Amino acid sequence: MPPTTAGPSSRSCMTGEEPTHSQKVKYFNIKAGFVNEHTVCGVAKDGKETLLSAEHIVIATGGRPRYPTHIEGALEYGITSDDIFWLKESPGKTLVVGASYVALECAGFLTGLGLDTTVMIRSIPLRGFDQQMSSLVTEYMASQGTRFLRGCTPSRVRRRPDGQLQVTWEDLTSGKEDMGTFNTVLWATGRIPETRSLNLEKAGVNVNPNSQKILVDAQETTSIPHIYAIGDVAEGRPELTPTAIMAGKLLAQRLCGQSSDVMDYDNVPTTVFTPLEYGCVGLSEEEAVARHGEEHVEVYHAYYKPLEFTVAERDASQCYIKMVCLRKPPQLVLGLHFLGPNAGEVTQGFALGIKCGASYVQVMRTVGIHPTCAEEVAKLRISKRSGLDPTVTGC
Amino acid sequence: MKSPGGQERPSSHARGGAGRRRGRGGASGGPAGLVGVRSYPFAGQFPAPPPASGSLNCPGQARSDTAALAQPPPPPPPPAQTSPGPVKMGAVPNRRLGSVRGVPMSSPPGRRARLSSPGTGRSSSEAREELRRRLLGLIESNRVMIFSKSYCPHSARVKELFSSLGVECNILELDRVDDGANVQEVLSEITNQKTVPNIFVNKVHMGGCDRTFQAHQCGLLQKLLQEDAAFEYDLIVIGGGSGGLACAQEAAILGKKVMVLDFVVPSPQGTSWGLGGTCVNVGCVPKKLMHQAALLGQALSDARKFGWEYSQQVKHNWETMTEAIQNHIGSLNWGYRLSLREKAVAYVNSYGEFVEHHKIKATNRKGQETYYTAAKFVLATGERPRYLGIQGDKEYCITSDDLFSLPYCPGKTLVVGASYVALECAGFLAGIGLDVTVMVRSVLLRGFDQEMAEKVGSYMEQHGVKFLRKFVPVMVQQLEKGSPGKLKVVAKSTEGPETIEEVYNTVLLAIGRDSCTRKIGLEKIGVKINEKSGKIPVNDVEQTNVPYVYAVGDILEGKLELTPVAIQAGKLLARRLFAGCLEKCDYVNVPTTVFAPLEYGCCGLSEEKAIEVYKKENLEVYHTLFWPLEWTVASRDNNTCYAKIICNKFDNYRVIGFHVLGPNAGEITQGFAAAMKCGLTKQLLDDTIGIHPTCGEVFTTLEITKSSGLDITQKGC
Repeated sequence: MPPTTAGPSSRSCMTGEEPTHSQKVKYFNIKAGFVNEHTVCGVAKDGKETLLSAEHIVIATGGRPRYPTHIEGALEYGITSDDIFWLKESPGKTLVVGASYVALECAGFLTGLGLDTTVMIRSIPLRGFDQQMSSLVTEYMASQGTRFLRGCTPSRVRRRPDGQLQVTWEDLTSGKEDMGTFNTVLWATGRIPETRSLNLEKAGVNVNPNSQKILVDAQETTSIPHIYAIGDVAEGRPELTPTAIMAGKLLAQRLCGQSSDVMDYDNVPTTVFTPLEYGCVGLSEEEAVARHGEEHVEVYHAYYKPLEFTVAERDASQCYIKMVCLRKPPQLVLGLHFLGPNAGEVTQGFALGIKCGASYVQVMRTVGIHPTCAEEVAKLRISKRSGLDPTVTGC
Repeated sequence: MKSPGGQERPSSHARGGAGRRRGRGGASGGPAGLVGVRSYPFAGQFPAPPPASGSLNCPGQARSDTAALAQPPPPPPPPAQTSPGPVKMGAVPNRRLGSVRGVPMSSPPGRRARLSSPGTGRSSSEAREELRRRLLGLIESNRVMIFSKSYCPHSARVKELFSSLGVECNILELDRVDDGANVQEVLSEITNQKTVPNIFVNKVHMGGCDRTFQAHQCGLLQKLLQEDAAFEYDLIVIGGGSGGLACAQEAAILGKKVMVLDFVVPSPQGTSWGLGGTCVNVGCVPKKLMHQAALLGQALSDARKFGWEYSQQVKHNWETMTEAIQNHIGSLNWGYRLSLREKAVAYVNSYGEFVEHHKIKATNRKGQETYYTAAKFVLATGERPRYLGIQGDKEYCITSDDLFSLPYCPGKTLVVGASYVALECAGFLAGIGLDVTVMVRSVLLRGFDQEMAEKVGSYMEQHGVKFLRKFVPVMVQQLEKGSPGKLKVVAKSTEGPETIEEVYNTVLLAIGRDSCTRKIGLEKIGVKINEKSGKIPVNDVEQTNVPYVYAVGDILEGKLELTPVAIQAGKLLARRLFAGCLEKCDYVNVPTTVFAPLEYGCCGLSEEKAIEVYKKENLEVYHTLFWPLEWTVASRDNNTCYAKIICNKFDNYRVIGFHVLGPNAGEITQGFAAAMKCGLTKQLLDDTIGIHPTCGEVFTTLEITKSSGLDITQKGC
């Protein structure tokens, strides 16, 4: 997948809303870099160069998995999520390095397919997500057989004569070294934006020197007013497909003068498809407390048992929901966190509710659909502050 | 369980009914006609005779407090206006309804006129009526009810008095509630007393602070307080299902003495079950679990496409499934009993039947009879499956009451009916590999959106369920006994003389459900039911025509037959009766899901109903087919799952109907229902980011209107 600059969206306005318009987009399979602030030069696979100029330029080159190149053998023997889905053979015994949602999702389904899977985490899992939820996510994974090496960081990967990979790591708390052998090492330590080959300096587009991401304002405008950046390549944006799609659409509409709506990056719902799915929208409990102060935040929560788990005798210790609200009536909902089967499907509708400015009371007045997991959201009666047992019993 | 028929029916009858039955002669209709505070409970019915009205006045004391205590009782009311029952029956509740002693039965028109603001007259007078009813409810349901203001020294003295007597009282601080001023006005209409504290003891208006202390000094207060002992319970709930248990437990939490009577009359096939009602035992819970069994079968066949290899032949064992499900249900039954015990609710496994006012006969399995009395009753008896009334139906057919605990696999099955129960059962039976036929008299899922209903049916048809449309069974005959046996079914076309015959192992009737309201002695106390449907009409606070009798759940006329609705209604009812809460059960925009093989979730109006209410030209319908990501690899049907919303063009494109057909429809619909409660519009849908990849996200990208006629088949991500 060569990086491309979704480029000349210039004079002919494309909202991309009707299928017929797709034919009016010229597609170049070339690797683009800036020549100046209105011109990009594209190089095709055969080395042929094409010069393109446009009034407006949108950068949407995304990101690629990061290789920890400082680790011996990382590049030679490791793979990333770019490869895992295309492997011709089963990865076998796998070490997943990282604590991002990519790491946990991959480790989850590999374990689910019956592979011996270990996740090595340097500090905390799912940084940026609600930490109580993220520890429940990993707790469930551990109960399903995924091994976790916490507080560890790999130092080298070597190939043994039998073809297996020998990984050496350091335990950061004890300082001791340890090693293990794996068939596959999957790096999931983060993604880097595809900005280096764009020659952004020639156009004068500023990036964050640390993250290499492009700095943008609320209008998705870069430091150059007619150059925009959307999606994973832009600084401070959630790396989510539907967010990028909507940001792109709204940008096109603004460029064409159809509307002045800017993308609302708050209340973006998302779901981590770990073995027990985790859906969330709005603020994490930590973020809510940081923004509003603990005394102004009320958290309602419950452990519940999905009906399907009962007959199957599955453990539901981690099926958990919490709703983070302002404490002051009418207790505006700030965030919803749902851990359980079909979390994505459950979260979507509630995301709308939060967008509509739902209050705790309104959600509680919603009649449940029985028997579903989602109905438990409308039955959250116990606040953390009360100290009562949040375990749901009975129907 | 639920009936689609009730889904969108407005309950406009409720208010009219309330006014009619509570009104007294010419005064009916106005707020004053609703006065329901009685002077004395059931004079003559209970051994302890109430004091004569004169005795309210403490001897030798000046009558200065309020007129309420001074005036003679009103003349006996006329017999029940509408009840066809014997006069004696009708007269009793009416006597109860009497009036507050001394309060003119109609308030001065001038006063009422002032209260209603121009233009909103109707709604404000309705609000006023509602407030009045609420206050009367508080007065009725509390041994001591004090309307007070938190800063008032007189109020404080009265509270101290009751506290020193060790009497619990319910206090409403008018300065602490939003509509305190209105409360005070309505109170003054009821009692002729404009000031607080305003005190009621055992439904009798005491008056203010001085009056209460006088009553205390002369012993009247103590006498009034004792009268309460006439009833053994504050509340008896008949029926231990979702609604009944919710109400009973909530009332118990609020400190009331509560009893639940629950008794399952065995089905004609002899099936019975434990505490918890239809949902837990023979409804939602087992059906969702059997639906899950069927989904797992589907998942197994999908699994091969996802790379799972298994060599053994996959079979389904009915007995294993049923046993596991019954075990789970058993644990729920036990959980309910435990929960009742913890909350000190008396649970009696007996059949309850009214024998006279406030008195019920409980008959246990052995036929032993016990009598209980209570101040209030809640009917929550629910419904049971209907039989066809043809030869052989009760002898040989089963219903959903029997299916979930059937000790053997039903084999080749005929499902009669097109209700959601019929389609769900047919769906999961086919899903576990049985030969299933559904016999449908007319339309599928009556009351639901018919486009969706047809899609639900057609998916089932494409997945092996046979449909016999426009046929009704006329005879069921047993050919062979056994587990299962063989039954011959003769059916007749609804359109012509054609008849067909077929042999099945099992015939499952799912043609509807009847309310269990005809054999609980309601006629003895004059509770009205709809003679045709057996349902109980109630007003918007779930009150029947007999004021101390309430009803929740499936037996309500024109309400939804859904577990969570019954639970909500039951809980809120208890809070209104015993905690002075105001919140009423909201029957609007209640979401529900049909767990057919392809699940159908909906909230709000069907397209038909929306057109009827808003006219087609005022609506915009957005729709699309979609292909769940999980179905692509599994090579399952493309362009089968369907999403539709109905928007009101003239209300900011507010979403008034939400419909989704696809996997996990229940989980999807719930959140959208919450959003609809918060005023969901098309714009908000468009502004919301989807969660990728899910089915629910399809609603954030709906672009094609039905009126455009554009193609909605799906292409790509």
